[in-house]
Amino acid sequence: MSLANVASPLTPPKVGLRLQKQFSWVRAREAGVRAVLVSCASLSLITTLAIVYMFFTEAVYAVAPGSTAFFQDVSLWDFLTDTEWSPQFADKHFGILPLLCGTFVIAGIGSLIGLPIGLAAAIYLSEYAKPRFRRAMKPVLEVLAGIPSVVYGYFALVFVTPYVLRPIFQSLLHIDVDIFNAMSAGVVLGVMIIPTVCSLSEDALRAVPRGLREAGYALGSTKYDVSLKVVVPAALSGIVASFLLAISRAIGETMAVSIAAGQMPRLSLNPFRSMETMTAYIVNISLGDTPAGTIEYKSLYAVGFTLFLITLGMNVLAQRVMKRFREVYE
Amino acid sequence: MSAPAKLQEPELARRHRIGKVFEWLCCGSTWFGLVVLAVLLVSVLWQALTWPAPKVKPGASGPTVAKAEDSAIPLSKQFFTNYDSRHPRRAGILAPIWGSLWLIGLVALLSVPIGVGSAIYLEEYANEGHFKRLIQINLSNLAGVPSVVYGILGLTAFVRMFGLFGKGGKTLVLNLGFTTLDVPLPFERSLIAGALTLALLVLPTVIVAAQEALRAVPSSIRIASYALGATQWQTIRHQVLPAAMPGIMTGVILALSRAMGEAAPLMMIGALTFIAYCPGEITNVGDIFRNPHGLVDAPFDKFTALPLQVYNWINRPQADYQHVAAAGIVVLLTILLLMNTAAIVIRHKFQKSTRW
Repeated sequence: MSLANVASPLTPPKVGLRLQKQFSWVRAREAGVRAVLVSCASLSLITTLAIVYMFFTEAVYAVAPGSTAFFQDVSLWDFLTDTEWSPQFADKHFGILPLLCGTFVIAGIGSLIGLPIGLAAAIYLSEYAKPRFRRAMKPVLEVLAGIPSVVYGYFALVFVTPYVLRPIFQSLLHIDVDIFNAMSAGVVLGVMIIPTVCSLSEDALRAVPRGLREAGYALGSTKYDVSLKVVVPAALSGIVASFLLAISRAIGETMAVSIAAGQMPRLSLNPFRSMETMTAYIVNISLGDTPAGTIEYKSLYAVGFTLFLITLGMNVLAQRVMKRFREVYE
Repeated sequence: MSAPAKLQEPELARRHRIGKVFEWLCCGSTWFGLVVLAVLLVSVLWQALTWPAPKVKPGASGPTVAKAEDSAIPLSKQFFTNYDSRHPRRAGILAPIWGSLWLIGLVALLSVPIGVGSAIYLEEYANEGHFKRLIQINLSNLAGVPSVVYGILGLTAFVRMFGLFGKGGKTLVLNLGFTTLDVPLPFERSLIAGALTLALLVLPTVIVAAQEALRAVPSSIRIASYALGATQWQTIRHQVLPAAMPGIMTGVILALSRAMGEAAPLMMIGALTFIAYCPGEITNVGDIFRNPHGLVDAPFDKFTALPLQVYNWINRPQADYQHVAAAGIVVLLTILLLMNTAAIVIRHKFQKSTRW
């Protein structure tokens, strides 16, 4: 059955007067504006495609004739299992493990500090604080979030290590603390992720309807019971998502860790020594004049690709958690 | 009636005690951020206002004599008019200030039209369909990409342009009528490469902020405009955009202040840090009129920016440079604070005056 057979006011009549869109400059402009706007919106897609194309051609499979990509020179197995990372030495090793170790030790310390403090602050702001206190505190958190990471790196190097870590660990506990150490980087990273955790978790906590809290009080709960056993579980999906986003940010953080943690790829769990993260390696290789096409240069893309995949995975997971386990209240 | 309650609930006092401890813990966590911020600001300011005490070495021939051109404190008047120097007490911040200003200006020029355009398309034109969903998902993923990855992208796409132009590169000569413009291809380590990289970095933030501002404009405004015979673009141009402007401005300023503090992408594209000239050789506002050609040349000059210069100073071995870095941080934080204040003022002013 063709559409023309159906008598509809929308289809033009077959015989007689034929209605046609007349050309007018106004219509042309409308179409032109629309085309421009669509191309603006497509740019973000092009960015993503460019990132993927770049990593693919430089790390996985080279398209240009005569050049090879990183994983065509170094096997994926060596990359993932070798325990040494020494691309600038004569005896080159490309094992990502020391860099992964540095990244996760520092991000782990940051999470241990930042996640509980951020969540507790969110609970206080959403459940306990008076509205005036909350209105005063929010801009402070925004300022904390807006401080550049170079400044946090400086703070770790000039304040945290000499005035916080060394008195506690070196003078009291007699553990050697290097001037560049993973601990100070982790501490400032923890401070950096507090605003993220706090503001996202607070949104989730405040979305829990009042009725749930009142039901808790009606059963004889104290405020502590209501906050921790009713509101937090009800907002758990949002809280977990905020944690994942914060950890992903901690993993991708660059300047603070490259200033505070140093440039020593090391496969160890001692946080008082210097360590190198993936991000720190990436900026350090770009500081030296490494010519394009060498294996050191290509290692940049392999490490960048690993970092990209890890953070992308965590972000996608966070979105999934948000969507899947969201409790919807009327 | 309080006695029976006690009988029924012997645990009540303990539970209230736990509750009190919990409340104090949470309150302490909230203050933690403020305390760290205060300590950070005070320690940076203190470092910016004093030089380290000179170390007196045994056997050294007395303290070194301070020279006339040395500044008394790191954050002095000279600090704003000097270029970087190998003598910490003569180092200044002139080049990075102009570099950062150029960078922010170019990033705004590039990211605001594209970002607002994308937001208008997504909010006003696009139907709920696959294309819109794809772009939305893509945006939220791009917002989570670490800035250093954007740096790698900038290095590959703008500094080297995927190696498309061969070893030496080419120079494109554009005739602008009053002057000619030499565009090096690829862009090498120039201001424009940095600005393009940062523009890509802030684009998701700008788009999301603009979308929220557009969404806040009630649809009755649009319908009223259509009823008067306006086309869709006329409605957006004359009704929706002006109404959403304060929200967009706030989001844009916050996004730009983030770009201002970013150092990692600029390090990736290899912005030099020891630079003794300003882009386009414009060192004060008057130079713009004296040397208008500099305005056109500047985007293709090498540059440095505030956070980069700070990083560079932190990494130098002499203790004096730590204090110079602190002075640089004070300047950087002051500019960021001004930008944030502007955003808050705009938000407040228009929240009050707009009434639907």
